[in-house]
Amino acid sequence: MNINATLIGQSVAFFIFVLFCMKFVWPPVITALQDRQKKIADGLDAASRAARDLELAHEKVAQQLRDAKGQAAEIIEQAKKRGTQIVDEAREQARVEADRVKAQAQAEIEQELNSVKDALRAQVGSLAVSGAAKILGASIDQNAHAELVSKLAAEI
Amino acid sequence: MAEQTASGYIQHHLQNLTYGQLPNGDWGFAHTAQEAKEMGFWAFHVDTLGWSVALGLIFVLLFRMAAKKATSGQPGALQNFVEVLIGFVDGSVKDSFHGRSPVIAPLALTIFVWVFLMNAIDLIPVDWIPQLAMVASGNEHVFFRAVSTTDPNATLGMALSVFALIIFYSIKVKGIGGFIGELTLHPFGSKNLFVQALLIPVNFLLEFVTLIAKPISLALRLFGNMYAGELVFILIAVMFGSGLLWLSALGVVLQWAWAVFHILIITLQAFIFMMLTIVYLSMAHEDNH
Repeated sequence: MNINATLIGQSVAFFIFVLFCMKFVWPPVITALQDRQKKIADGLDAASRAARDLELAHEKVAQQLRDAKGQAAEIIEQAKKRGTQIVDEAREQARVEADRVKAQAQAEIEQELNSVKDALRAQVGSLAVSGAAKILGASIDQNAHAELVSKLAAEI
Repeated sequence: MAEQTASGYIQHHLQNLTYGQLPNGDWGFAHTAQEAKEMGFWAFHVDTLGWSVALGLIFVLLFRMAAKKATSGQPGALQNFVEVLIGFVDGSVKDSFHGRSPVIAPLALTIFVWVFLMNAIDLIPVDWIPQLAMVASGNEHVFFRAVSTTDPNATLGMALSVFALIIFYSIKVKGIGGFIGELTLHPFGSKNLFVQALLIPVNFLLEFVTLIAKPISLALRLFGNMYAGELVFILIAVMFGSGLLWLSALGVVLQWAWAVFHILIITLQAFIFMMLTIVYLSMAHEDNH
C-alpha cells in the first residue's frame, strides 16, 4: 500500500503501450473499418443502380417486344397480300397462256382442216370421176366433166 | 497457510512483492511489510509491474496481430473481436469528444483493454497466483498480489499520465496564458480590475482543487473498487480456511456470486476510467470558459 516508484514504472509502461497502440494498432484497424464502410456503401449504391438499370431494361424489352410483334403482324399482312397478288398474277398469266395455246391450237387445227379439205376435195374429184367412169363403163371426156367434178368437190 | 491466522492471511494477501533498498544497504526483495515500508519511494512493486506489463503486452501483441492482417474484406474472428472493441471505443470517443485528435481514441482503447485485463485477473481465485509464486520462488512466505489495479501505484500512475496529457493539451490548445486564465479568472470574474485581483486567489483555490481532483478521483475510484472487490474475495477465501464444512460451502456459493457480480464491476470500472479520460481530455480541448 506504499506509494513508491512503481508509479513511475506504471506511467512509463502506460505511455509505451499507448504509443504502440497509436502507431501500430489503431490506424490499420480503423482504416480497414472505414474502407469496409465505404465498400458497403458503394456496394449498396451499385445494387440500387443495378436494380434501376434492370427495371429500365425490362421496360425496354417490353417495348421492343411490342414493336417486334407489330412489325411481324405487318410483315405477315404484307406477305399475305403479296401472296394473293402472286396467285392472281399467276392465274391471269395461266389464263392468257391457255388462251394463247388454245388459239394457236385452233389455228393449227383450222389450217390442218383446210389442207385436209383441199386434199380431200382433190381426191374426191378424181375419185368421183373414176367412180363415175367405172359406173358408166364408158370413156368420159375428162375435160368435159371437169367443170362438173370441181363443182361437186366444192360442195363437199 | 493453514497455520496462519485470518488477519495474518489477509495482511499477507495485501502486501506487494517489493524490490528496493534493504536496511543493510543491499537491493533486494522486502521480507516483511515493515521492510517494504522502510524502502521509501525508490522501491518497485515487482508483482504489479510484472502483471501489468505482461497484460499490456498481451493486449498490444494481440491487437497488433489483428491490425497487421486487418482487411477491409471479410474479417477473421480475431479481427472481428478487435473491430468490435475499436468500434465501441471509437463510438464513445466520438460521442464525447468533438475535436480531431490522433491520440485520444487509441489512448482510450489502451486504457479500456488494459484496465479490463488487469481487473480481470481478480476473477482468478485469490490464492492461485500467490501459490504459484510461492512454488516458483521456493519461498513460502513470498508476497504476491496479482491484480495490478488493487495497487494504488498502478492506478495513480495511469491517472497521473492522463493528468499530464490534460495539462499538455490544455496548454497546447489554449496557450499557457489561457490555461492560467482558466485557473484564475473563473468562476468569479469582475470588470473592476481591483476586485478581479482579489478574486484571483479564490478562483485559483477552487479551480486548482477541481483540476487536482481529476487524477485523484480517477485513480482512487478504480483502486477503491478493485481493492474492495479483492478484499471481499479474500474474506470469502478466509471462510475456506475456517475448517467448518457449512462455512466452506457458503464460501463456495459466495465466491461464485461475487465473481459473477465482479464481472460487471471490472468491465464497468475499465469503462469509467476510459470514459472519464475522454471527458477530461475533451474538456482540456474546449476553450469555452
